[in-house]
Amino acid sequence: MDLALIFMVLMGVSVLAYVVLDGYDLGVGMLMPAASATEQSVMVSSIGPFWDANETWLVLGVGILLVAFPKAHGVVLGALYLPVVAMLVGLMFRGVAFEFRMKALGWHRELWNWLFWAGSFLASFSQGLMLGRYITGFEPGFGYLLFAMVVGASVCGGYVLLGATWLVLKTEGTLQAKALAWSRWGLLWVALGVGLVSLATPLVSETVRAKWFDFPRTLALMALPAACLWAGAVVWRSTGRIARGVRGQDGLPFAAAVAIFAISFLGLAYSLFPYVVIDRLTIWEAAAHPSSLKVVLAGALVVLPFIVAYTAISYRVFRGKARAGLYD
Amino acid sequence: MDDALLLARAQFGLNIAFHILFPSLTIALAWMLLGFRVAYHRTGEAGWLATYKLWTKIFALTFAMGVVTGIVMSFQFGTNWPGYMNRVGAIAGPLLGYEVLTAFFLEATFLGVMLFGMNRVPAWAHIGATALVAVGTTLSAFWILALNSWMQTPAGHVLEGDQWIAGDWLAVIFNPSFPYRFVHMMIASGLTAAFVVAGLSAWRLLKVPADASARRTLRVGVLVAAVLAPLQTVVGDLHGLNTLEHQPAKIAAMEAIWHTEKGVPLVLFAIPNEKTRTNDYAIELPYGASLILKHDPDAELKGLDAFGADVPPVAPVFFAFRLMVGIGVAMIGLSWLAAWITRRGAAAPRWLLWTLAAFTFSGWAATLAGWIVTEIGRQPWLVTGLLRTSEAVGEISGAQLGVSLTGYAFTYATMFVAYMVVLTHLAGDGAEAAAARNLPGASAAGAAAD
Ligand code: HDD
Ligand code: HEM
Ligand code: HEM
Repeated sequence: MDLALIFMVLMGVSVLAYVVLDGYDLGVGMLMPAASATEQSVMVSSIGPFWDANETWLVLGVGILLVAFPKAHGVVLGALYLPVVAMLVGLMFRGVAFEFRMKALGWHRELWNWLFWAGSFLASFSQGLMLGRYITGFEPGFGYLLFAMVVGASVCGGYVLLGATWLVLKTEGTLQAKALAWSRWGLLWVALGVGLVSLATPLVSETVRAKWFDFPRTLALMALPAACLWAGAVVWRSTGRIARGVRGQDGLPFAAAVAIFAISFLGLAYSLFPYVVIDRLTIWEAAAHPSSLKVVLAGALVVLPFIVAYTAISYRVFRGKARAGLYD
Repeated sequence: MDDALLLARAQFGLNIAFHILFPSLTIALAWMLLGFRVAYHRTGEAGWLATYKLWTKIFALTFAMGVVTGIVMSFQFGTNWPGYMNRVGAIAGPLLGYEVLTAFFLEATFLGVMLFGMNRVPAWAHIGATALVAVGTTLSAFWILALNSWMQTPAGHVLEGDQWIAGDWLAVIFNPSFPYRFVHMMIASGLTAAFVVAGLSAWRLLKVPADASARRTLRVGVLVAAVLAPLQTVVGDLHGLNTLEHQPAKIAAMEAIWHTEKGVPLVLFAIPNEKTRTNDYAIELPYGASLILKHDPDAELKGLDAFGADVPPVAPVFFAFRLMVGIGVAMIGLSWLAAWITRRGAAAPRWLLWTLAAFTFSGWAATLAGWIVTEIGRQPWLVTGLLRTSEAVGEISGAQLGVSLTGYAFTYATMFVAYMVVLTHLAGDGAEAAAARNLPGASAAGAAAD
């Protein structure tokens, strides 16, 4: 049994789950300034019951990195120290703003609305920055930094796409109409980001280039970008149809946006594997002592089905369109 | 000691001290809410529902603070103490992992149902969700205290290469100090919540004396405290005896015993002097320390001189210990007095309300003091006898640590001020608004508008 490989998959699943789940609520947070005061309340209601559990996937992801790949943990989080701090500060303000904005009145409420937006934005941008630094192997230099900032902006776009399509699913009326327009903007923004990262990674790393440009494998690999394009087309078409009044498919844009993330994630995973730190450290070199991995794996196999089950229950309890009064 | 180590310690201490404030309130408050919820279900009284709703708001706020500061903690281990993970990660990692898997997901998921699902699920499911949140918070504490206790009194580990790995997991988890620490911490949480409940209710009664709901929660808080406070003294004493057995240097620092001798007096107050290695301005009770720690007035106690250089700084440990015990004793007196005065539904006089209001956050003060005793008393070890703090520090530069420490301090200060403003608002002005609408304990202004 290859423990390092199993934990690589587990970590990948938690990171993807985090990106998709917290992605939609961070995206909703970034869209706050574009909405009216009553719409803002509906938007917050639509994510209120979920955000805490969504963030727990981040704790699990970084926990697995720490437990399973301790050597990589030091290198990765050491190199990304300041963006991580920025992300944490963003997540803190965003998280407590849920509660504070609900309880505040007047300018206090405005302040917490603003911190809600700023926190969501700071967290999203730092995550993109981290991704940009990570896939270029933490190379120093201005060009790389610029690239990381562009990736940061793209991740914001991606989260806006997720957040907007989530709102299409969870809201109705004028807010839904706005969300449909936001979804399309988000999609364009994401297309730019995904395209850029796909072009840049092979340029930066020899390893990545060799993996993608190797005929005839390249032909099979082209299925990934093709699927991604298709998912993007689905977002575009379905938002158009919902805007024209077609009913019964409010979930489609969100599903397609999730697909874009999943496919891009697979592509990235393919580029990086078997490295945890590109060109420097493979998963086997970084893996922890097998005794601790076995203990955690046993627990994870027993507990994860339960987590999935009660997460499903919670989404079922709060299914349907969100309303403004969360506490009623 | 170099700057990076000092900053890393300051940062870790700041983060964990801020984090622990919120769990120490939510662990026990979750169980109290379950009580309120069940009382409402059984009696159908609107008063219990209003009580449940008000305290759920305070709980939600406190829980959110606990979650976001906890997420910072989960990054701190690796960034601040990489040496720690390299040497004892095979033991610390799984314990932290189990906390995430068994506790965090449970509480985070059912929190949504508990807070927002009352009208969406049947009563039994809502009570169940409330119970699962309480179980989750307690499980969190179980795992993290298992790890912390193992760091204090390691057991069940074996050396492999340069790493300590678990030989016997049950021995690791149920290490010698774990039962004491877990029970002591649970009671500490109970006392913290009890005094917050009683204190904020007293604050409400000062503003709206006729508030029936606040009168009832005041009584609940006072009674819970009256039971737990004496219990905590007993458990604390047993905890101290356990520490004497496993970490005698910590006890010597707590009691400021510089030299090994027989018939050691109990130092009630003094200013420990590290230079002369004596106590200035000491007020002592003859034979007291020997009596308390060995139950024999002539028994010999090891002093700090018996441990060479491996001793913690004396003053912080000594003062923090006295603060904790002092608050503990005051808690017994106040809770018993208040329980007596408010018996058979009697109204509390204003001076008692003021005193209870002043004690609102006494649990926090005692808890922080207790952790300072525990953690600084363990120095210079990070894991007693196995790993020194200085061996665990990472390579993050002093400048980066300075930036992050400033960022955290600023963030925490903002969050803390806002938390206090909302809390006093919910307790005070909210009570007035409720009274104006003639709805005792109904939801506070502002929240109703959302
Ligand atoms: C409301 C909070 C509270 C109160 C009233 C007390 N304690 Fe406490 N104490 C704690 C909260 C706490 C704590 C924060 O929970 C600690 C820190 C670490 C731990 O396990 O518990 C602690 C640690 C702690 C230790 C340190 C053990 C070690 O680290 O090895 C001792 C000896 C005592 N306590 C003893 C007492 C005594 C004799 C008390 C008598 C009144 C008392 N405590 C009241
Ligand atoms: C919850 C309340 C806690 C508080 C208030 C607290 C406080 C502190 C403080 C003040 C220090 C700095 C000590 C010094 O520099 O001399 C410290 C250190 C440390 N504590 Fe705790 N601690 C708590 C719980 C824990 C727990 C539960 C763990 C582990 C599971 C832990 C692990 C550590 C580590 C790794 C250090 C760094 C080494 C050191 O500087 O001593 N602490 N803690
Ligand atoms: C040093 C180590 C610690 C780490 C790494 C840590 C980590 C975390 C994290 C990540 C969360 C958020 C969980 C979520 O997403 O819901 C959290 C919350 C929590 N932690 Fe900690 N924590 C530490 C210390 C402690 C201590 C000392 C206690 C109690 C004795 C504690 C008890 C809790 C509880 C009960 C919660 C639930 C949230 C709340 O009640 O506010 N933790 N912690």
